[in-house]
Amino acid sequence: MFNFGDVLDLPLIWGGLIALAVFVYVLLDGFDLGCGILFPFAGSDKNRSRMMNSIAPFWDGNETWLVLGGGGLFAAFPVAYGIIMTGLYLPVTFMLFGLIMRGVAFEFRFKATSHRYVWDTFFFIGSVVATFFQGIMLGALVQGLEASNRLYTGGPFDWLTPFSVVCGIALIIGYALLGSTWLIIKTEHKLQVWARKVSGWMLSALVVAMIVVTAFMYFSDIDALEGWFSFPGLLYLAPMPIIVLALFFFMHKDLTSEREYRPFLLTVALFLMGYIGVCFAIFPYIVPYQMTIYEAAAADTSLSFMLIGAGIMLPIILSYTAFAYYTFKGKTDHEHMY
Amino acid sequence: MFATFMIDQLDALMLARIQFAFVISWHIVFPAFSIGLASFLTVLEFRWLKTGEPIYAEVYKHWVKIFAVVFGMGVVSGVVMSYQFGTNWAVFSDKAGNVLGPLLAYEVLTAFFLEASFLGIMLFGWGRVSKRMHLASTAIVAIGTLISGFWILAANSFMQTPQGFMVGADGLLYPTNWLEIIFNPSFPYRYAHMMTAAFLTTAFVIGGIGAYYLQSKKHVEHRKHGRVMLGMAMVMAIFVAPVQVLIGDMHGLNTLEHQPVKVAAMEGLWENERGAPLVLFGIPDQKAEKNHYEVKIPYVSGLILTHSFDKEVKGLKNWAPEDRPFVPIVFWAFRIMVAIGMLMVLVGLFSLYKYFKKQQFNSDSVWFHRLWMMMTPMGFIALLAGWFVTETGRQPWTVYGVIRTAESMSPVAAQQVATTLIGFIVLYVFVFGAGSFYILRLIAKGPQPYENPADDNFYEHSITEGQGRTLSGDSNASENMESNSAKDNSTKNLDEPADDVEDGGLR
Ligand code: HDD
Ligand code: HEM
Ligand code: HEM
Repeated sequence: MFNFGDVLDLPLIWGGLIALAVFVYVLLDGFDLGCGILFPFAGSDKNRSRMMNSIAPFWDGNETWLVLGGGGLFAAFPVAYGIIMTGLYLPVTFMLFGLIMRGVAFEFRFKATSHRYVWDTFFFIGSVVATFFQGIMLGALVQGLEASNRLYTGGPFDWLTPFSVVCGIALIIGYALLGSTWLIIKTEHKLQVWARKVSGWMLSALVVAMIVVTAFMYFSDIDALEGWFSFPGLLYLAPMPIIVLALFFFMHKDLTSEREYRPFLLTVALFLMGYIGVCFAIFPYIVPYQMTIYEAAAADTSLSFMLIGAGIMLPIILSYTAFAYYTFKGKTDHEHMY
Repeated sequence: MFATFMIDQLDALMLARIQFAFVISWHIVFPAFSIGLASFLTVLEFRWLKTGEPIYAEVYKHWVKIFAVVFGMGVVSGVVMSYQFGTNWAVFSDKAGNVLGPLLAYEVLTAFFLEASFLGIMLFGWGRVSKRMHLASTAIVAIGTLISGFWILAANSFMQTPQGFMVGADGLLYPTNWLEIIFNPSFPYRYAHMMTAAFLTTAFVIGGIGAYYLQSKKHVEHRKHGRVMLGMAMVMAIFVAPVQVLIGDMHGLNTLEHQPVKVAAMEGLWENERGAPLVLFGIPDQKAEKNHYEVKIPYVSGLILTHSFDKEVKGLKNWAPEDRPFVPIVFWAFRIMVAIGMLMVLVGLFSLYKYFKKQQFNSDSVWFHRLWMMMTPMGFIALLAGWFVTETGRQPWTVYGVIRTAESMSPVAAQQVATTLIGFIVLYVFVFGAGSFYILRLIAKGPQPYENPADDNFYEHSITEGQGRTLSGDSNASENMESNSAKDNSTKNLDEPADDVEDGGLR
């Protein structure tokens, strides 16, 4: 039943869709995880409530993109899903622990009277842990996994390297920047001034982090670099450093001006640049440097059946997601918190 | 210390099975409760907007807070589930992924996004969207929960009664007919039985708490809420509980057809028998292949299963020991579920009697109300027991007759599984324990009245300004307020956002 395998390059389409889902996840959950990372530093309890309220109606929807990324990987590249999840067994589980801690904090914080600080701490630690391990997973993937016979063959701690730790820290900084620029949009007065200041710091930190990550890649001869420095890759990627520099420049300018939306959009663009770089390094592998999307793809019949669903549902999902964001436009408040 | 001890005792496979059973058992409790609650809330909001009676709003407001906590716990435990297949069951994912993956992907695409987006509007959107839109959001969340149940149970039922696929030369399953896969033989029964179970579970929680408000001296001002709650729950107990027993019976007959060994384990039958007896009590012994201390009623099992006195029912000994499930769990879990099902029917009958005597809300009906209170957790117990029958009864297979559990496991070390299992246990007990505590505290506080809407806390959840009307930063705020005071603000005006100071109700 349903087979578009002859007319469409299904593995490529699904590789692209999953990459897209992961990117949307990074942006959306990035800003709410970022708010969690900045949470303890917001000065007052009222400010913390404002931050929480600016993301409360959205976080569940944002996290659903992670479920789509994971579920999509299972569905479109089952064997890759198995290998990656076995190889990253511990970081995945620790990320889930972090997501549980912060997910419940939303609901519990406002129910708790005297123990609110417990859930504030949970929210902060959960956000940091989830982000850190996402960064670790990214680093581990860029480094590559060992596999043979459709099974993971590496050790339980292969993911833990200086490079992956650096990636973890870099992602914390990146998400914090997404969070602080989101707060510039969603808040006003003192909190907004603070968000601008934090964005400035995070921007500088991100510059440093990007340099360190690149240096690490260069010195620890990661296979990914071949993709970057071989011929067609070089051509596509050559303008990237210039674009990144331009983005940094505008961002720096915006943070001292009155602009509210552009810093967030510029941060999104920065993430996009980094993400394109990563995709370039890994493509066409889905289990880096072991299995390509074509080797790992599910049956054509499965991919075709899902493509029908995705084709119908994704536009609908995007429109009601937009509706939800539109419903909660405007600045947030600390009043009557949950 | 503990970890090393566990590894001595159990191997990685056993640990992985325990981990899966642990996380899914927690997970299922929350969705089952949210499936029921979401529909209950939709009915309440509909009644409120239709009649304008603040009582419905007060009950809605009360339960929506509990719903938010339950749903949140359902989401975080569900995200864990979507990674369990890969972390612990990589080989299974590889082999069955072609079939199961798309079903789960459809669940995300058709249900999870829908629920998550409209949940935001349901919880925080009162006063921002029109009342009609708010009711629609509540209803959409409820429909979303039913859709997610559809896909996940299609996936689970496929694992029980697989069809519509072929096994390739590489040992992977390849789909051949999606309709056959989704509407596999056990799916209609399992879906009906599970959704009914979710409604019943929720109804008994709501009714139990309603009965508590009717009796408790501390909650005299909540008696009127208790009436609404118990009244609605009684309807479910009277009509749905008997239906559940019927569906369960049909479900069992279907299982007899497709998984006879599971039924033999449920019934505790070792030998082939004509006119098989119903074993009421017994201690199944896997080694000796018989039950100790049996108490049985002749013919009844045969009668239930074959609807005749002399047809043969197959016993466990027909299957090699390595193809049988672990009998004691299946046997006992089944008895627990059925006993509770029967109890629910009895409570329904008692409620019907009380209803005709018009005593159902009388504070003199102490025993009636105590019975309802006692029933509060029973749905959850039956639900878990039912799943233990289903899943343990399917063993030793993950996809029945196709993929064995022993060959489904990821190549991970026992240490890793043990460590994360302990992590899950500690975190779940603490986090979901705290959640239950907050739910109990909300229940102890009871529904809040609306004399002073300005003090009202429904908007606790909201990102709107104090009164829930002025949206700072929203250029329409002043306009909204003017038009509101100009117009008649009856609750019937469904196209307007709510303005609760005037409405005096749900805000
Ligand atoms: C409130 C919950 C509840 C109640 C009162 C009952 N059940 Fe149930 N039962 C479930 C909740 C449940 C469940 C948790 O929803 C299960 C697990 C999987 C499924 O499809 O439904 C289940 C499974 C299940 C199965 C296993 C089918 C299989 O795995 O193939 C059978 C035979 C029955 N039920 C039969 C009954 C009977 C005869 C009942 C009444 C006397 C009954 N159930 C009451
Ligand atoms: C779509 C839903 C479900 C799927 C796909 C599923 C799948 C699985 C898988 C892969 C296993 C591993 C095999 C094993 O441990 O022996 C398993 C075992 C188990 N599952 Fe499920 N399950 C589902 C729903 C549930 C639910 C809702 C519950 C209970 C609340 C449950 C309870 C169990 C238990 C107790 C075991 C262990 C059985 C044993 O080891 O004997 N499952 N299930
Ligand atoms: C192994 C099997 C399962 C997986 C992988 C799984 C996955 C998930 C995930 C990821 C979520 C969160 C969705 C969100 O982000 O909003 C969720 C929630 C939900 N699940 Fe499960 N689930 C499983 C078993 C079940 C079963 C057996 C049912 C029962 C019919 C069920 C019904 C639901 C419902 C109704 C929700 C939404 C309500 C809520 O979050 O409380 N799931 N599930």
